[in-house]
Amino acid sequence: MPFVPHTEDDVRRMLEAIGVDDVEALFDEIPEEIRLRRPLELPEALSEAEVTRLMMDRAERDGRPVCFAGAGAYDHHVPAAVWEIATRGELYTAYTPYQAEASQGTLQLLYEFQTMIAGLMAMEVANASLYDGASALAEAVLMAVRAGRRGGGRRVLLPRTVHPAYRRTVETIVSPQGIELVEIDYDRRRGVIDPGALPEAPEGLAALVVQQPNHFGCLEEADALTDWAHRHGALVIGVANPVAAAVLAPPGEWGEAGADIAAGEGQPLGVPLSSGGPYFGFLCARKRLVRQMPGRIVGRTVDAEGRTAYTLTLQAREQHIRRSKATSNICTNQGLMVTAATIHMALLGPDGLERVALASHARARELRAALAAVPGVEPLFPETPFFHEFPLRLPLPARDLLRALGAQNVLGGVPLAGDYPELGESLLVCATETRTPEDIAAYARHLERIVARQGLFRCPTRPGGGG
Amino acid sequence: MELIFERSRPGRAARAQAPRGAPPAADDIPQRFRRRRRAPLPECSEPDVVRHYTRLSQRNFSIDTHFYPLGSCTMKHNPRAANRLAMLPGFLARHPLAPEDMSQGFLACLWELQEMLKEVTGMAAVSLTPAAGAQGEFAGVAMIRAYHRERGETERTEILVPDAAHGTNPATATMCGFTVREIPTDAEGDIDLAALREAVGPRTAGLMLTNPSTLGVFERRITEIAAIVHEAGGLLYYDGANLNAILGKVRPGDMGFDVVHVNLHKTFATPHGGGGPGAGPVGVSERLEPYLPVPMVAEEGGEYRWVTEAERPRTIGRLSAFAGNAGVLLRAYVYMRLLGREGMARVADHATLNANYLLARLREAGFTPAYPNRRASHEFIITLRREAKELGVTAMDFAKRLLDHGFHAPTTYFPLLVPECFLIEPTETESPETLDAFVEAMRAILEEARTRPEVVRTAPHTLPVRRLDEVRAARELDLVWRPQEGEAGGGAPASGDRERLGA
Repeated sequence: MPFVPHTEDDVRRMLEAIGVDDVEALFDEIPEEIRLRRPLELPEALSEAEVTRLMMDRAERDGRPVCFAGAGAYDHHVPAAVWEIATRGELYTAYTPYQAEASQGTLQLLYEFQTMIAGLMAMEVANASLYDGASALAEAVLMAVRAGRRGGGRRVLLPRTVHPAYRRTVETIVSPQGIELVEIDYDRRRGVIDPGALPEAPEGLAALVVQQPNHFGCLEEADALTDWAHRHGALVIGVANPVAAAVLAPPGEWGEAGADIAAGEGQPLGVPLSSGGPYFGFLCARKRLVRQMPGRIVGRTVDAEGRTAYTLTLQAREQHIRRSKATSNICTNQGLMVTAATIHMALLGPDGLERVALASHARARELRAALAAVPGVEPLFPETPFFHEFPLRLPLPARDLLRALGAQNVLGGVPLAGDYPELGESLLVCATETRTPEDIAAYARHLERIVARQGLFRCPTRPGGGG
Repeated sequence: MELIFERSRPGRAARAQAPRGAPPAADDIPQRFRRRRRAPLPECSEPDVVRHYTRLSQRNFSIDTHFYPLGSCTMKHNPRAANRLAMLPGFLARHPLAPEDMSQGFLACLWELQEMLKEVTGMAAVSLTPAAGAQGEFAGVAMIRAYHRERGETERTEILVPDAAHGTNPATATMCGFTVREIPTDAEGDIDLAALREAVGPRTAGLMLTNPSTLGVFERRITEIAAIVHEAGGLLYYDGANLNAILGKVRPGDMGFDVVHVNLHKTFATPHGGGGPGAGPVGVSERLEPYLPVPMVAEEGGEYRWVTEAERPRTIGRLSAFAGNAGVLLRAYVYMRLLGREGMARVADHATLNANYLLARLREAGFTPAYPNRRASHEFIITLRREAKELGVTAMDFAKRLLDHGFHAPTTYFPLLVPECFLIEPTETESPETLDAFVEAMRAILEEARTRPEVVRTAPHTLPVRRLDEVRAARELDLVWRPQEGEAGGGAPASGDRERLGA
């Protein structure tokens, strides 16, 4: 049978050593009335060849469309060396590095990761990862409330320009602790928060969240927002895309003092799209907040002979030591994804990452120009600077368009109307450096044909109308 | 070993990895949005990077290279097929928000995994979305909270946990806004029923329990415990960190639990990856079904679709941006298909056989079981209290010396209530020869502790580093690398500083 090495003779010899007649005797402490006395209703075992065939068929069935969808998951090139190394058994099958002497490889790698991500975000400290961008933001909110001066503030401003799934995740995770999330609307014309139109700062304000680029791909006035929050005694949590941060001001550079906490999704750094996970969340902060951080943190120290060595540190924050008073319940994090991201950043370097960011931006500009040239299609926030994604207003239902594009092996984007009904039929579209001019031209061509065909059966929708 | 930053040289790069040609200008992005100081990442060639991280990997223990009898962590073999098939190009390239008609192959795997987990746990419904055990716990306790609130029983503010529980249990209860009350364990390793009866009442929201417990024994009076908690109006949470000892033998649902989470990275053989990713699906009884976290997967007439907030208004909500650790779910799915119907119970048979055999052999070698009158489940505890007292060699010393023998240490000093303890879990994938070799190593260390205790106290001696100065690590925090005095900037300083590092 799979993965069990015992021969019949082994089993006999082992039972003898234990002093029982059969394996069943080993379960004699389980009360009979709850024992399962029938086989599980599961399919029969498959051989490796059979399961390979099954999985290959299923993977192929979903096709490999040319991807123009983003919304928190981005189709960047991942260098071959990244996963060749990350899936080495010594990294892939290692446990959490609690036994430091037997885990220096993983520990040093995590220390390098903390250095790289903190540098990229222009922050002072980082942890060794959280589950994903959304849950990292939730942890950042909890951290900001814990760190709040005079223990007062339990209100957090969470703008509508933050990824809707992130906002819902934050709500799930922080609401049991009595934290109040306050929405801020955005400027309908520009797709960003208007710093001039911010509400009176509510009483007990602990933090303001700013996502850069925001969910529409637009660039928020992060400097002004940061200074506003600091003036009102609140912390600033920056949600940043780590690839964009090679070109855009990272949270640590916002405003006069910089954001206090940076959180985000690490997927763009070497993690394939893979249906949304596993990805990893990162969390960086100012040094004065380090004891409020959740999750594992690696520190550099020395061994008994004075040699440099690495270990998990500040463990008194964590659940296995502090139990009900821990900063979070997190235990297992996303170690392997961080391993990949570290190798990815080391391969790209500052120049490579900047090139990826600039090329993604350039492709997105070309894409927007090409798609906006289709009659009836127009960018929603044409005046606002953007990074590598942007929303379009459509003359037909987004779902119909996506279906028609899917038939051409194009994944055209992500509909927005579910979360932003005020935008009407609209699509969030993205390009990374991996989209070629030919991909872009093909998308524009298909879009034009689909819209034109639609026109035969429907009243033409006036651009800018409806919504 | 040197850091990647110390290998960095200004102007060096892995050119094939980045887009070709002159970088396009981003002249439409105003200066106020631009980064002021270049990201301080290392500048290395591909051979540099490959060698550096390959060498780092060689400074690790791993299940592929070492026996890891790490109690409560279930370090079983990670089948390579699961990894290879989860990393098929079609699965890796699938965008999380791809429409359902372009996702049927992927959704079929998820739906079947949901169904298989329902059967294995005996629960009415399962959501796969929690990203790890602790998130599964969060989901479970949040559902208990939602259930009581909807019934107007807001005075139920207390979660009971045994004193032997995983630290995540009390930490989770706090995150969900509950206070924690600990229930003592009796001398035989079972929950103290009198104390439990005393503790339950109108404030009880629920009890979190692991069974077999973290003491490595099956909680024999589980049905009585369930009755006590239910009669008091509380719900029962099963910390299914590990199902290895009970697969196909007994199910949490049949024990009376209302909610269970399953650590796929333990029982279902997905890799630990040096600390994750895991996956912690949750299963529930009928009364908690409306509160399950989203998204879930539904099937109708052979078509699969996502189930989201829109059709589940009472859900506790979403726990991550997309659908959790999909790639881990695919690996567990492959593993379960390889095991099949009979394979499940065989896991429990051999995991339990290995644990009881190792316990018997260690006992024979002179070690003291913490619960000598009990069967081991998938794991068991020995206490080194006598050795610590008589020889001055602690469990930590034994653990470090085991590393020199080429064995990863068992879990030490957990559960907290057994002094100088080793929690040992061999798993079903180890051969008796490996277990015998482990016993021999323990025997040799014990002998050494009697004759040359200093060697044990100062172990390890053969690893890349000796014991670490943990106090210094926590006191003089060094969490990110900074260049030495005299060097400017970071590994890749802002362009103005570059010349100075040129040599």
